[in-house]
Amino acid sequence: MISRILKILFFGLIVRPIVLLILGLNVLNRHKLPLSGPALLAPNHNSHLDTIVLLSLYPLSVIHKVRPVAAADYFMANPLIAWFSLNIIGIIPLDRSGKTHRDNLFKGCMEAFNNGDILIVFPEGSRGEPERIKPLKKGIYYLLKDKCDVQVTPVLMHGLGKALPRGEALLVPFNCDVIIGDAITIGSSSTELTHALSTAYESLYPFCITRNHREK
Amino acid sequence: MILTIPEHSFYAMLGVLGLLIIGSSTRFFLRYKNPNKDDTELRQRIQSWWWMIALLFFVLIFSTHATIIFFGLISFLALKEFLSIVPTRLADRRVIFWLYLSIPIQYYWVSIGWYGLFIIFIPVYVFLFIPMRMVFIGETKGFIKSAGILHWSVMLTVFCISHIAFLLTLPNKNVLAGGIGLIIYLLFTTQFNDVCQYFWGKLLGKHKIIPNVSPNKTWEGFIGGLLTVTLISGFTAPLLTPLTVIQGLGAGCIIAVSGFIGDVVLSAVKRDLRIKDSGHLIPGHGGILDRIDSLIYTAPIFFHYLYYLHY
Repeated sequence: MISRILKILFFGLIVRPIVLLILGLNVLNRHKLPLSGPALLAPNHNSHLDTIVLLSLYPLSVIHKVRPVAAADYFMANPLIAWFSLNIIGIIPLDRSGKTHRDNLFKGCMEAFNNGDILIVFPEGSRGEPERIKPLKKGIYYLLKDKCDVQVTPVLMHGLGKALPRGEALLVPFNCDVIIGDAITIGSSSTELTHALSTAYESLYPFCITRNHREK
Repeated sequence: MILTIPEHSFYAMLGVLGLLIIGSSTRFFLRYKNPNKDDTELRQRIQSWWWMIALLFFVLIFSTHATIIFFGLISFLALKEFLSIVPTRLADRRVIFWLYLSIPIQYYWVSIGWYGLFIIFIPVYVFLFIPMRMVFIGETKGFIKSAGILHWSVMLTVFCISHIAFLLTLPNKNVLAGGIGLIIYLLFTTQFNDVCQYFWGKLLGKHKIIPNVSPNKTWEGFIGGLLTVTLISGFTAPLLTPLTVIQGLGAGCIIAVSGFIGDVVLSAVKRDLRIKDSGHLIPGHGGILDRIDSLIYTAPIFFHYLYYLHY
């Protein structure tokens, strides 16, 4: 309960004004964002701001239901960041080392799905080079294999990689595009899902305002 | 200055509110006649007008400093939007950070009324500073293009727009209107010109002016807008500004022409980038640049016309 209040305060008083003024979002198809779970958002990943911006799109009344799945090795390493990630952002830590058995690996995620939560999973796995989509990983398929009814909503974000790229501490104001695609099901194989997601990202790119359309 | 509005400016504000009420009522009437037609865009457009004018009038009435900060904020939003749509290099991030810092400095010169520095700070000092900061970062690939884009961005959104705020710092030569009167005169004439050119273009438009840049702009719309705006500006000039009727006709004429140019220049930018709107900030209008495109040209040109004639 306390962390729910903290999350609402953090997003209502700090994140929303910053996102509104310092960043500025060009949101397209906001109505396609799932407001109730179980559901899964699959955005591309450029910046730590991605998660914060996505969460800020949600009404404060359901924001505690939206939970980013995040790398345990990165976010749980420092006790202060771990406390913040778990209690304010509400992450579900995931072990990337491969030491955890598959049945236990997704335990936290499964509990969240059963609880009707909306999970955020970045299919690229990490932020990588700004504004370039890396080859997609297959985790989402294995996560949803026994939960076929959960739909995957692709989200394309562009611009945050300039505002706060990997390895930079200085936030420079830039507008960014957030374009929500149509929800898809995982299909019958992991390649089918990664292919469907890549196709979805490609189809959303032309709607970006902050992207240079003459290149590529 | 709090809550004491000069008489003529007060009536001008009432006039603008009257126009807004006419706009809203017309929409209600249209919807009553045509209940099935989707009028979302028109509704959003008019609603946004209410918000923008309410905000503007609030800061104008509140205080000079609030108005200066308000235009500083508009410069910030416009600069951010511009830098988000034009191609910039990742290496330029730190230079861009400095560009944002130029906004409070420029508006500080405005607030203390230091004309000499206000007029050269961005064209000279920021102009020389940008390439220097870029050299220290050391990325030479795309250097020339970036230096040009970055300086152009602050000239358009900070230097040009700050001229509106400087109107408030000029000595008051029309006691019944005050500095507020100049701002209302410039903003109203510029925006009214946009509306008039659109209206006359829809009504009579046939011969395109620059089809490659802006296919909807016609000679008929341009000339219709020019005549309407010139006439209205002539009559309202003595009420809201130190200008005489004749000088007001001249002001209306240059505002109509330069407003048109500002509009098509920003259209060319968007066309080059292959986008329709520069952002989603103002529902029904697009981005902030879509709204202030004409103002970017009219503000400095009207300012210097006035400055030459009366200061």
